[in-house]
Amino acid sequence: MRVTLLVFRTLGTLALTFFGLLAVTFVIGRVVPIDPVLKIVGDRALPEVYERVRQELGLHLPIWQQFLLYLQKVLSGDFGRSALTGQPVLADIARFFPATVELATAATLLGVLLGVPAGVVAAVHRDRWPDHLVRVFGLVGYSVPVFWLGLMGLVLFYAKLGWVEGPGRLGVAFEDLLEPTTGLLLLDAALSGEWEIFANALGHLILPASVLGYFSLAYISRMTRSFMLAELRQEYVTTARVKGLPEWRVVWRHAFGNCMVPLVTVVALSYGSLLEGAVLTETVFAWPGLGRYITDSLFNADMNAVLGGTIVVGCVFIGLNLFSDLLYRLLDPRART
Amino acid sequence: MRIGTGLRVGAAAAALALGAGSAIAATPADTFVMAKQIDDIITLDPQESFEFSGNEINANTYERVMNFDATDLVNLRPAAAESYSVSDDGKTITFKIREAKFASGAPVTAEDVAFSLQRGVKMNKSPGFILTQLGWDKDNVDKLVKALDPKTLQITITEDFGPAFVLSTLSANIASVVEKKVVLQHEKDGDLGNGWLKTNYAGSGAFTLRSWKPNESVVLEANPTFWRGAPAIKRVVIRHVPEPATQRLLLEKGDVDMARNLSADQVAGLAGNKDIVVESSPKAEVYYLALNQKDERLRHPKVRQAMRWLVDYQGMTESFLKGRFKVHQAFWPSGFAGSLTDTPFRLDVAKAKALLAEAGYPNGFEVGLDASNSYPSINVAQSVQATMGQAGIKVNIIPGEQKQVITKYRARNHQMVFLYWSPDYVDPHSNADTFARNPDNSDNAKSKPLAWRNAWEIPELTKKTDAAARERDPAKRLQMYLELQKIVQEDSPFVVMFQAQDQPARRANVTGFVAGPFADQTFYRLVRK
Repeated sequence: MRVTLLVFRTLGTLALTFFGLLAVTFVIGRVVPIDPVLKIVGDRALPEVYERVRQELGLHLPIWQQFLLYLQKVLSGDFGRSALTGQPVLADIARFFPATVELATAATLLGVLLGVPAGVVAAVHRDRWPDHLVRVFGLVGYSVPVFWLGLMGLVLFYAKLGWVEGPGRLGVAFEDLLEPTTGLLLLDAALSGEWEIFANALGHLILPASVLGYFSLAYISRMTRSFMLAELRQEYVTTARVKGLPEWRVVWRHAFGNCMVPLVTVVALSYGSLLEGAVLTETVFAWPGLGRYITDSLFNADMNAVLGGTIVVGCVFIGLNLFSDLLYRLLDPRART
Repeated sequence: MRIGTGLRVGAAAAALALGAGSAIAATPADTFVMAKQIDDIITLDPQESFEFSGNEINANTYERVMNFDATDLVNLRPAAAESYSVSDDGKTITFKIREAKFASGAPVTAEDVAFSLQRGVKMNKSPGFILTQLGWDKDNVDKLVKALDPKTLQITITEDFGPAFVLSTLSANIASVVEKKVVLQHEKDGDLGNGWLKTNYAGSGAFTLRSWKPNESVVLEANPTFWRGAPAIKRVVIRHVPEPATQRLLLEKGDVDMARNLSADQVAGLAGNKDIVVESSPKAEVYYLALNQKDERLRHPKVRQAMRWLVDYQGMTESFLKGRFKVHQAFWPSGFAGSLTDTPFRLDVAKAKALLAEAGYPNGFEVGLDASNSYPSINVAQSVQATMGQAGIKVNIIPGEQKQVITKYRARNHQMVFLYWSPDYVDPHSNADTFARNPDNSDNAKSKPLAWRNAWEIPELTKKTDAAARERDPAKRLQMYLELQKIVQEDSPFVVMFQAQDQPARRANVTGFVAGPFADQTFYRLVRK
């Protein structure tokens, strides 16, 4: 009984959240001083063509009616066509979102795998050179514009040293060779055993992922450091040391173990923000991701695309929230009861 | 140990990152790879496409009734048609259709050509007006455009235009020939195959469309049966690279053969590179400052005059516009027949001040200038702000997204605006129709030519423009357009300033790329490397 109630309440909250998200986005999209018909018919079309398209878009109706119509369509699974690409919004998202997922996941992996240990090391060696090193490194990652960092990365690692592949997701020679199943190139290539494509795609992914990963590393290491500092001051740490436990066990097992819960939130939030798309990184690296898609759509008042993208981003955040809630329960014994 | 494993994975990832530096190969020998901003494409259906990049791709994948060719961008000749004859009254043109094949192998027939033109009229998408202005509509077009036999097409116009103009409209993208049978096979809900043809292909051009991934890439493959001969290169890959700096890196590295959107300073930066060649070619866009005639100050003829002397044309083209724009002061761009190339105006503040004083504004006035917040518009707006300031005119720049600026312009809510115009097809009427024709200046007028947007009431000039479109003597007709340009140049709400120039940068081993002034005149079929 209590469980059903909980499920209903959660679903209700979700529905309300989505409704609010869509309503606000819709209104913003309609009040921007950009004529959405322009992107479709251009600046020269005959008045009757212009008017026909305006009616097709439902722009002659009052805004609340437009919104209800949109909701009705979405509920029946029709997200409409994007004016920007001429394709169904769902097809667009199915192409752009996996590109973003690939990039964001790789970046977050790098951020976690390097950022967490760096933060722990910095906390343990507080105010000594490893701490200064991590902090300066983090500060640079946090404050240098990602646009500049990306271009410099390209100049150095792609143009000068030739260590990585250039912009784009795949080399020209591999274009159109792989039928997308998941849309995640690395996964698709691995599944079909095309290791040459896999290597090429990896070569293209590494640099943009590192640039984004640096940013998320900077954030994660800073947060880890401060969580760890707080834990290392606790009395149970002193107790553990007094008991004669080896230092690595005190740090990693006892102190770090208690940092895991807040860290999960930090990582989930930083992953979520990367999944919204990283417009500048996508631009520099010619990466066909969701961020650029939503931004360009907004500039053209292409509401179907913007709203479709908003729903995806909304789902991502809600999904990540649920996921980190689940993780809490696993990591924190107190949350299990 | 959880963390121990994590560290090992991290080390492996780092090792992988360093080791992934596989040798970077140049582009494949039979493939021409181009970096270009192609996010303007919203459809590749030639009866619908009206964007630069889409039209360029259509121009290389479809043949048109009349067309220019990679080897001759000046003289319009029959293309899908082989020859034509004009009736005595000039209203009916009979075409003999050329022996040619679609990429599918089927022959191109008069029925296909008639269907294509009818389709353009019936769908009536953005470029629809190019054909409907001839007097065709969805009800009469089947009668006025028809195949007499498999190789003979007859068209009749009902509006008052000369044959030279009609032939020009039949060189527009909308007059591309699509294969009737294939298109109709994919018809859905009476859309004449539009939904399918947006992303698919049914043509007879130099290349066939293999794939288009929006905001990502377009891949073309040579059509060996093209009637002018198979292209020299097997494959063309156009990659969407939004950032010009990235385009430059790709080009220098040899991962693309050509970069299409380099900025002026990037071109300058390539000057010492022997592997890369940059050539300027004029484009058809003209950039102009427009003065809304609803504003009584801007309506004063002396003020309109003064504005012409308050622009630093040379200063801009020699600095931040260098290489990308040249001074051009008439509405029909140079490089085409009938263009007025005189540039009588230059920056002369003293003269402008005198004119303003005569107009009753010795101390100038304050005025808003809408401009798109990107290069070159915002830069030009700043220059204009500075030079007009010298004559006491205080210009407030109102920057906005391009679509936002155009939306405001179309509502006639601007005071001054800086924008560009590009013709819809290669005929001076395309621009005269908008700069020098305003049949209805009322607020709820049906059509919104540039003259209307600036509330410029011109019944006399409108008649002159109509007469030029009607004229049957080609030489006399061009003369009439020169006169129209002169009138608009001397006194109008338009201060035409520049004509754009394209600077495609290519690897030195690439030859044969033809970049005409018009997007539709950009041809890949002679490219070799």
